[in-house]
Amino acid sequence: MAMSQSPLTEQQALYQYTLRMADNALILGHRLSEWCGHGPFLEEDIGMINTALDLLGQCRMLYSYAGEVEGKGRDEDDLAYHRDEREFTNFLIVEQPKGDFAYTTIRQFLVDVYNLYLYTDLCESKDQTLAAVAQKAIKETRYHVRHTAEWVKRLGDGTEASHEKMVTALDEVWRFVNEMFEMDEVDQLMLDAGIGVDRAKIKERWLTKVDEVLSEATLQRPVESYTRRGGRQGLHTEHMGFLLAEMQYVQRCNPGLAW
Amino acid sequence: MVHQQLIANDKAQRLSLQQAQAIPVADIRQLLDQVCDPEIPVLSVNDLGVLRDISWQEDELVVTITPTYSGCPAMTTFTDDIRYTLLQKGFTRVRIDTVLAPAWTTDWLTESGKQKLEAYGIAPPREASNSKAVLMGLDPKVKCPRCGSAHNHQVSRHGSTACKALYQCDDCQEPFDYFKCI
Repeated sequence: MAMSQSPLTEQQALYQYTLRMADNALILGHRLSEWCGHGPFLEEDIGMINTALDLLGQCRMLYSYAGEVEGKGRDEDDLAYHRDEREFTNFLIVEQPKGDFAYTTIRQFLVDVYNLYLYTDLCESKDQTLAAVAQKAIKETRYHVRHTAEWVKRLGDGTEASHEKMVTALDEVWRFVNEMFEMDEVDQLMLDAGIGVDRAKIKERWLTKVDEVLSEATLQRPVESYTRRGGRQGLHTEHMGFLLAEMQYVQRCNPGLAW
Repeated sequence: MVHQQLIANDKAQRLSLQQAQAIPVADIRQLLDQVCDPEIPVLSVNDLGVLRDISWQEDELVVTITPTYSGCPAMTTFTDDIRYTLLQKGFTRVRIDTVLAPAWTTDWLTESGKQKLEAYGIAPPREASNSKAVLMGLDPKVKCPRCGSAHNHQVSRHGSTACKALYQCDDCQEPFDYFKCI
């Protein structure tokens, strides 16, 4: 099990980079889709599923491109349904169970704002496909941010009970946020090549926007203390395996099954 | 005998490459007016601005389309319907490509498309996607498709499909869909 010392090629890094974004979109979309038929009321049920559908669309474009870059003939379905837990590279924040509506709302808001700045910067990517995906995704993401930001305000500055639930949810999710802004070898290589984004720059704007909405919501940003990480190395929390077992079940039982 | 005739008549005609290439691209575009959005059957691929290009690449007719929303389930239907319509007309080699850039915007909805939407009961977007109001995230100007009143309110930011939001008119009380401006 000697660690490979060979440096990453640009192609390998691009594959990883694209795959990570696809994994984030798929897993968050799946978590959101779990609300289908369980939303607090009909309009919000539809709203969450609309957002889940956008995320699913984004992950399909990204998986298809990742498969193309990898060049081993894998398509979007192979990548989504035929990889194991350790091969998934999404952030831990997106795989956490949907929790109550407060938890879903705050998690969605924090990731939506991250996506907003990620895709804004990615529009300038030298990689034409990633830039095109970003230009498509940014329009959808802006809509998501407006929607979840309003919910954060409504619940944070709502009743005593809703405020309390939001405080708890915010504390619960906060240990997962920093992972979104960590740069590793893949990120650095992509940044240097003019393809990827600078996560430090995203974090600055993310904090400003998050603080602005939280203060309107009469909520306080938790103090940064302990950070959970590992998603991008395939080291997931215990919830991930259960999620995949449900999501991949049909394709694993009947590989290649089509509509 | 009758059966054989029926089967023979049912077969789509097949155009030779020469015959097919003699048909002006503008006519093919017009032919594809038959291909409509499965959720909003009054809008064709032309009205929507989804149909980007039609061209010949050697002996293959290449139709290029672009998705409205990343996850829009109508794209598969568009692809199948475009292929079917062209094969029915005798084109034998048809390829459908999907491009992402430039990204689709509601600015590509044609004026006649917007009028069809309104007549169908869906309020069309009236602002340009890069207008200040849209970029600032202000509430759009929406007109009730039933009575024309500008007094209405948003019931839900999300509607029956990804491209629509739900509104209600404050004058005639009619609930209606608004085609979101993006």
